[in-house]
Amino acid sequence: MASRTASTIAQLLADKQVVISCGSGGVGKTTAAAAMAATAAARQGGKVLVLTVDPAKRLANALGLEGFGNVEKQVPASAFAAAGVKVKGELWAAMLDTKESWDALVRRHAPDPHTAQAILDNKLYDNITGRFVQSHEYIAMERLYELHSEGRYDLIVVDTPPTRNALDFLEAPQRMADFFSSRFLRILTAPYRSRLVNFASKPFYTVADRILGTEFLEDIAEFFGLFQSMAPGFVERAEAVTRLLHDRRTTFVVVSTLEAAPLHEAEFFIDVLSRKSFHLGAVVLNKVLPSYLLDQQAADVARRIETQAGELAAKLGPDIGDPALVRRVLVEIAESFLRFQTVARREAEQRAALAVAPEVVATVPYFEVDVYDLAGLLRLGEIIWS
Amino acid sequence: MTDLLDRKLVFVTGKGGVGKTTLAAALGLLAAQHGKKTLVCEVDAKGDLAHFYDCGPTRFQPRQVQARLSAMSMDTEESLKEYLALNLKLPMMAKIGPLARIFEFVATAAPGVKEILTVGKLAYEVRERNYDLVVVDASPTGHIIGQLAAPEAINELVKVGLVRNQTGWMLDILSDPARTGLLIVTTPEEMPVNETIELAARVEKDTSVHLAGIVVNRVLPELFGRGEEEVFDRLAEPDKVAELSQDVGGDATPIVEAARLAVTLRRTRAEHLERLRRQIDRRTPMLYVPYLFTKSDGLAATTQVAEALSAELGF
Repeated sequence: MASRTASTIAQLLADKQVVISCGSGGVGKTTAAAAMAATAAARQGGKVLVLTVDPAKRLANALGLEGFGNVEKQVPASAFAAAGVKVKGELWAAMLDTKESWDALVRRHAPDPHTAQAILDNKLYDNITGRFVQSHEYIAMERLYELHSEGRYDLIVVDTPPTRNALDFLEAPQRMADFFSSRFLRILTAPYRSRLVNFASKPFYTVADRILGTEFLEDIAEFFGLFQSMAPGFVERAEAVTRLLHDRRTTFVVVSTLEAAPLHEAEFFIDVLSRKSFHLGAVVLNKVLPSYLLDQQAADVARRIETQAGELAAKLGPDIGDPALVRRVLVEIAESFLRFQTVARREAEQRAALAVAPEVVATVPYFEVDVYDLAGLLRLGEIIWS
Repeated sequence: MTDLLDRKLVFVTGKGGVGKTTLAAALGLLAAQHGKKTLVCEVDAKGDLAHFYDCGPTRFQPRQVQARLSAMSMDTEESLKEYLALNLKLPMMAKIGPLARIFEFVATAAPGVKEILTVGKLAYEVRERNYDLVVVDASPTGHIIGQLAAPEAINELVKVGLVRNQTGWMLDILSDPARTGLLIVTTPEEMPVNETIELAARVEKDTSVHLAGIVVNRVLPELFGRGEEEVFDRLAEPDKVAELSQDVGGDATPIVEAARLAVTLRRTRAEHLERLRRQIDRRTPMLYVPYLFTKSDGLAATTQVAEALSAELGF
């Protein structure tokens, strides 16, 4: 495989097999992931899969993902044709169903069907898989691994779940492995009698009993006892997932807007990616205000329009409207320009301050309408592309 | 809606990126300005709250950031220690350190334990009347139900023990609409509006907490009044833009383009706002906070949002 440095997103998508789109909530990473996948399918060919976590309903509909489920669906070539694009390859889409993925994982790793069923039926199971060791993040990476190892796709673009900490999913596989080999899990699942004589666990159980009650602790212990039977499979798998994330065929695309908070998170993210030697492929700056807003001359013009609105309205003549109304409109558009310029300048400063930047930075303008169909995704993809 | 500040415990949630922490910070500031002794608590411990008050890092021990206003960050391990110290009076308190770590582990695994330590601490401050108002920068929309419904979840799973004994008084506080309320923050955009609609329904169904209101943040101003849009459309014709450019002595195209952008953005957002209004119970109060076109951030921006909230609340 060529190890040249990609200088555009197009090259990046051509070189890599797995692209992970990440960033904080609300920056458009799901849309960016779908746009990159759609454009790669249209222009590069091959089988491209976009794995989304929580798409907006209209975006899901645009990708043909109605309802939930782990099944991958092909976006028909006719949909591309309707968007005015001839698709060279195939675009597939799938949504992540956390519950279904967990169930499948339990069935795969449990030593026997009886144990699998006992785990699935345990009343703590839903609750626990729903929240422990960043289960959502882990399952997303686990699904990615599974789809990648099946080898049915030339390129997989994956959207990451919204997390409190955008890095959780990177560490999730390792945490899963750590969890199964932890001393705490051994204490927790040790037979009740031995816990009380065990020096390490006795103080814990004395307090825990009083706080949570023995019965609840027994429930937990029983559940984790069953769960532990899956440890070997889980640990091995988690390690394989970690290897895939570090593989040179895998790259990360960080998506952000130029607002302070998401950008701050993006910088933090870029820093950690490099420290932990993951491959940062590109940064996509989304919803960037148009550059004409930064124009100093335009600002001067806006100020003159504002102060001379009356005369200008008179000169424009009555055929566009009552001069008083025209004057007001002129003042309003001038003020509006200056307001948006303040925001655009703030954004430009944020961008200049983006100290840690990879070679590829794609800038996507503020779309005046929401992107919610394939045509919109392809339009967005074209902008990210070059 | 003025009674929002008369409550004792207000949870603020919203999808990531909509300005949840800004609104929580501003609400706390406003309450303090109105003479209430207020505590603002950040639950996610991202350390953002400090930025909104231009103060040093917040910790579990509240720090005063303004007159009558204190800020803290939730830390479930600290919360557990405090709880154990108050309730168990164990002779082995010295050993609580490593114990708390083990407990942290179980709390991560066992449903509702972390949440109860969070909600419990906040409800405790209310019960003890330590503050007139506790504002919580709570978990985002995806996790808030688990947080608010923790006492019920614990009630179902844990049959005996100290934690179980605590859920009763917590539920009394949480389910009392005069004392406790949830504010959902959204922006007039597709995903935040979708999540707000879904969450509003789930709060009703799955928790005992009352939905006190919805804050729509970053509302763009309506650019044109009556009859003005038609005037603008005629003005935006190429020959008129050229004429205007000549009259003003410089290219007016960017100004016209920017106005067009402002109108379209406002219109797209208005559609989402309309959808939100249609699908939310009419009785749920809606507050609108304008988009801030200023350079400012930190406390200056928080103060501006507090002013906007103040106007919306009818002060």
